[in-house]
Amino acid sequence: MSFISYLINGISLGSVYALIALGYTMVYGIAKMLNFAHGDVIMIGAFTTYTVCSIAGLPPVLGVLVAVVFCTLLGMLIERVAYKPLRKAASPLAVLITAIGVSYFLQNIALLIFGANAKSFTSIVTLESVKLAGGQITVTGETIVTIVVCIIIMILLTLFINKTKAGQAMLAVSEDKGAAQLMGINVDATIALTFAIGSALASIAGVLLCSAYPQLTPYTGSMPGIKAFVAAVFGGIGSIPGAFIGGILLGVIEIFGKAYISSQMADAIVFAVLILVLLVKPTGLLGKNIQEKV
Amino acid sequence: MAMNKMKKINISASLKSNLITFGIVIAAYAVMQILVSLHLVSSLMRGLLVPICVYVILAVSLNLTVGILGELSLGHAGFMCVGAFTGAFFSKYILYAVPGMPGALRFFLALLIGALFAGLFGLLIGIPVLRLKGDYLAIVTLAFGEIIKNLINLLYLGIDENGVHISLNSALDLHMEDSDKIIVNGAMGITGTPNDSNFTIGVVLVLFALIIVLNLIHSRDGRAIMAIRDNTIAAESVGINVTKYKLMAFAISASLAGIAGVLYAHNLSTLTALPKNFGYNMSIQILVFVVLGGIGNIRGSIISAVVLTVLPELLRGFVSDSRMLIYAIILIAMMLFNWAPACIAWREKIRYRLNRKKNAKEAE
Repeated sequence: MSFISYLINGISLGSVYALIALGYTMVYGIAKMLNFAHGDVIMIGAFTTYTVCSIAGLPPVLGVLVAVVFCTLLGMLIERVAYKPLRKAASPLAVLITAIGVSYFLQNIALLIFGANAKSFTSIVTLESVKLAGGQITVTGETIVTIVVCIIIMILLTLFINKTKAGQAMLAVSEDKGAAQLMGINVDATIALTFAIGSALASIAGVLLCSAYPQLTPYTGSMPGIKAFVAAVFGGIGSIPGAFIGGILLGVIEIFGKAYISSQMADAIVFAVLILVLLVKPTGLLGKNIQEKV
Repeated sequence: MAMNKMKKINISASLKSNLITFGIVIAAYAVMQILVSLHLVSSLMRGLLVPICVYVILAVSLNLTVGILGELSLGHAGFMCVGAFTGAFFSKYILYAVPGMPGALRFFLALLIGALFAGLFGLLIGIPVLRLKGDYLAIVTLAFGEIIKNLINLLYLGIDENGVHISLNSALDLHMEDSDKIIVNGAMGITGTPNDSNFTIGVVLVLFALIIVLNLIHSRDGRAIMAIRDNTIAAESVGINVTKYKLMAFAISASLAGIAGVLYAHNLSTLTALPKNFGYNMSIQILVFVVLGGIGNIRGSIISAVVLTVLPELLRGFVSDSRMLIYAIILIAMMLFNWAPACIAWREKIRYRLNRKKNAKEAE
């Protein structure tokens, strides 16, 4: 029975990773950059909700809404100020380092405003725990909400990309920037939109993560950020279903590793699985295999 | 005849450039020594001297992977970690086993062992990892770095009369009668490493790393490595053994990081594997040195490693609370200034105008 409850917890944690990984993968697919500041947008989202709900005392729904709007704007601002000028830089590493700079920046802004002490985040979920299998398995409200939210977002995102013009434009830009521009697609606006969506998803992930694990510090986002990055690569970076599958698998592996092998070695296990997958399938689970031409 | 002349100029140009690099390091060392002897350096800055050497070696060695081999590695701190722990383990063991050994010899052997093990790890990790490319390679090196750090935090290791005791669980599992002989104590790391390093040794090691890397770059092997970076398929087609040279660059880079680790370990009394010193944050910090200094530019790596290590401490004097915030802003601004095409064009324009003015004056 404990196996099933570990599995459910793993899927729940994995759903959060999947939401974050979606942001990584979409940005990578379109801008071909690793957005190292993405993990810190999660933390900013959680802090915004914390400010609105716990400090100002407003209802949780408003808190989430403010966080989503704030992070969306923040994501677009970061892209405009720090990444856009470097889009045509000689080395792709330049924008990577700038992203690291942005990550330090966000962490230290939060450090200045909220201090280094961990804040206890009040869960925004009011759903009661559910007992399954005659009371042997308890599933918390947070777990249910996280999984449901993740599934809804996945469906909406898939519909958005396949059915709307803006979504199709995204696909076109990720395929070939120059050709997309010739077809009349506004490449800059499409990239900005991608950052906006990615950051909005990150803020939701931040709120869900902190509802389940209520410790909030300026560094809360960095480890989940790295793990989600791993999840995105695991599933095949640039692929949206890949990010989803990679995230869920990573969450399940982490929880199982903690439960059955060693809680201290959980991270090592996660990374070891990633290495094994990449060595067998070097472009990730669902990644496209591009043949190099001479 | 003309060809010969060209070649001669080329060789002397690279030699001259190397000598300038060595000169800068030696001059900086001399200036620091004079300042220290005149008591013009705060104790905080004095404490930074050895770490600066550590970071310079790390930056130079990572530049070999990133700049010369052209592969992004995010696990450089992992190799430093291997070097630090093997080196410190050796020194600690020698303290018990051969108490009479002079400190200099002990440290020299520790350096050799740290470099050897880090290089070995580089080789072992490099064999599977270098099959991957670009961001995938980056993420796998990051993963290896994290695994190394994670395992060292779980490692308990001691040596007594009955031989070597190893456990991944707890100190009690070692079943040792004398708990003083536990050398690596899990998350508490290694305590009581002899303090064998100082600024002079640090600078000597920096020069050593520079000699290795600069000589490699200007050698036949180095040119083969750069050929692989520029076009792997073309390099392969002219008979360059891609795997061999990739592994060579990766292993040398790793063992230099190991040397930096040994230096680091012998500057501290307590060595623990924290996310701060051996985690991916550290690897990223080293990468920042390399990219900001100029990818493939060894002298740039040295300068940026020194500047970025000293900068937060200098800022501490003015704005202690927000110093890391300002550091972040400076980092972003410098990256934009150095790399953004718009900024590069703007700098070209300014340079052109200045030149025109100078030329106009000369014409008068």
